[in-house]
Amino acid sequence: MSVINTEVNIAGIRMKNPVMVSSGTFGYGREYADYIDIGRLGAIVTKGTSAEPWSGNKPPRTCETPGGMMNAIGLQNPGIKSFIVNDLPWLRTFDTRVIVNIVGKTIEEYVAVASELRDADIDGIELNLSCPNVKAGCVAFGTSYAGVKEVTQRVREVCSKPLIVKLTPNVTSIEEPAKGAEDAGADAISLINTLLAMSIDVHSRKPVLANNTGGLSGPCVKPVAVRMVWQAAMAVNIPVIGMGGIVTGEDAVEFLLAGASAVSVGTANFMEPEAAVNIIDGIEDYMWKYGFTSLEQLIGKLELN
Amino acid sequence: MSKHYIVEVIGKQMLLPGIFRFEIKSRDISQTALPGQFLEIKCSDCIDTILRRPISISGVDRENGTVEFIFQARGKATRQLAEKGEGSKLDILGPLGKGFTIPDRSAKAAIVGGGIGIFPLLFLGSELNKPNLDVFLGFRTLENALLIDEFRERAQNLIVSTDDGSMGHHGVITDILEKKAMESGYDMIFACGPQPMLRKVKEAACSLQIPCEISVEERMACGVGACLGCAIKLIDGEQWKYGHVCKDGPVFNTRNVELE
Repeated sequence: MSVINTEVNIAGIRMKNPVMVSSGTFGYGREYADYIDIGRLGAIVTKGTSAEPWSGNKPPRTCETPGGMMNAIGLQNPGIKSFIVNDLPWLRTFDTRVIVNIVGKTIEEYVAVASELRDADIDGIELNLSCPNVKAGCVAFGTSYAGVKEVTQRVREVCSKPLIVKLTPNVTSIEEPAKGAEDAGADAISLINTLLAMSIDVHSRKPVLANNTGGLSGPCVKPVAVRMVWQAAMAVNIPVIGMGGIVTGEDAVEFLLAGASAVSVGTANFMEPEAAVNIIDGIEDYMWKYGFTSLEQLIGKLELN
Repeated sequence: MSKHYIVEVIGKQMLLPGIFRFEIKSRDISQTALPGQFLEIKCSDCIDTILRRPISISGVDRENGTVEFIFQARGKATRQLAEKGEGSKLDILGPLGKGFTIPDRSAKAAIVGGGIGIFPLLFLGSELNKPNLDVFLGFRTLENALLIDEFRERAQNLIVSTDDGSMGHHGVITDILEKKAMESGYDMIFACGPQPMLRKVKEAACSLQIPCEISVEERMACGVGACLGCAIKLIDGEQWKYGHVCKDGPVFNTRNVELE
């Protein structure tokens, strides 16, 4: 019997396995450190972090929907300086890769966060061009080829570390923003962020979320996510990180087969604090079952009908 | 230490139509839980309702290693939880959050509860000194009143009111609290209930200058402070900032929290 190798190299980031935790679902790691061995994760992607602290949206910020949930947190975060001083040294005590998700309302703000991280001990930056819950910035840049290309280029100029661009699914064609990221020099793309959604309380005749709309995530979005990852992987030559509703190892394998080189676990962390570790084990179980010894044998190996 | 447990339901009781009391076996939780803390309970294995539900702890038996919680079966998830019975296994995280501050035994305390907000206060009542404890409970009508005897066992004085006068005093419980507080001079007030009640308790405590802790509710996703969903305005000097009910609360000193 041969040994299973789950190592993967994404955009120059070598990970012991392809499983990351998604931005906004894992804080800066501390809340889950009592529940799982953080050192088992392929990588942690931090909460979206801005140049200055952001206070976030009014509550209610979350609600459950069939097979999923909506959120409109509004990227509440303590700002990049606080992260570098208060959280990064602690995160660095674990044997895992640290990728910082950065957000901004203007291109200048994105550049400012990336510049603050120039000398920080991190493994990469994920550029968030896809949060649907803040009024300016983010998704406003993320829906077109030109918008994605422009922000990515400007951040690329100040970022010598691996740069991942996180894309929104709220577009007609995912190929356009994906190519925008690639042409601007991104090392990888990640998708999907949440789907723009609305839930209404018929008794009060008001939206459930104070923000009126929010981002849908969880198992219910998985088929949309798999389709978009598959389309994006065909459109670009840089690696794709797939996410959206992954709860089990077999869910993760779907994304790998569709062309993702790594996967990320989001909402499932709220369902089970140990979700990411269970998914790592689940991928290995799948590989044993079918005799795969490396991830290359799986990535993009979907056989179309 | 991980606070994730699979526990057995060893007792189930329907207190009123749609309101259930579950007793579970968990030595760890029974030893560490504080009044005001809560459990994040997976109500169903079905992928329809994906999120856990925060339910406050209403009592512990440290000797026998058991914990109880009371909840109203209101939505899809809690209705599924209510269908479980003795012998069922429950997947829970807990105890989570910050609990009430237990004062000295010499302190004169008042507990104020409204409707289904009284459940965490039962646990608090067990931890306070009976001769120095007055309990005020408000319900809509006689039909909604519950746990009266259990609160009576824990309190020196028990005062009940209903909105329609069908049981106890006719009126809102906070009016009676205010009057009693002026006479009795409490050292501490604890409250849990609907938002309008909490606002009134906060005002009363503030005007009488009595320290006051309240337990609040907000929609939660993770329950552990990671998702930042359950935001609440915390007073920070002249300004405010969003804190989170699951981690900074659910119990807050009324001085530190803005009730909208």
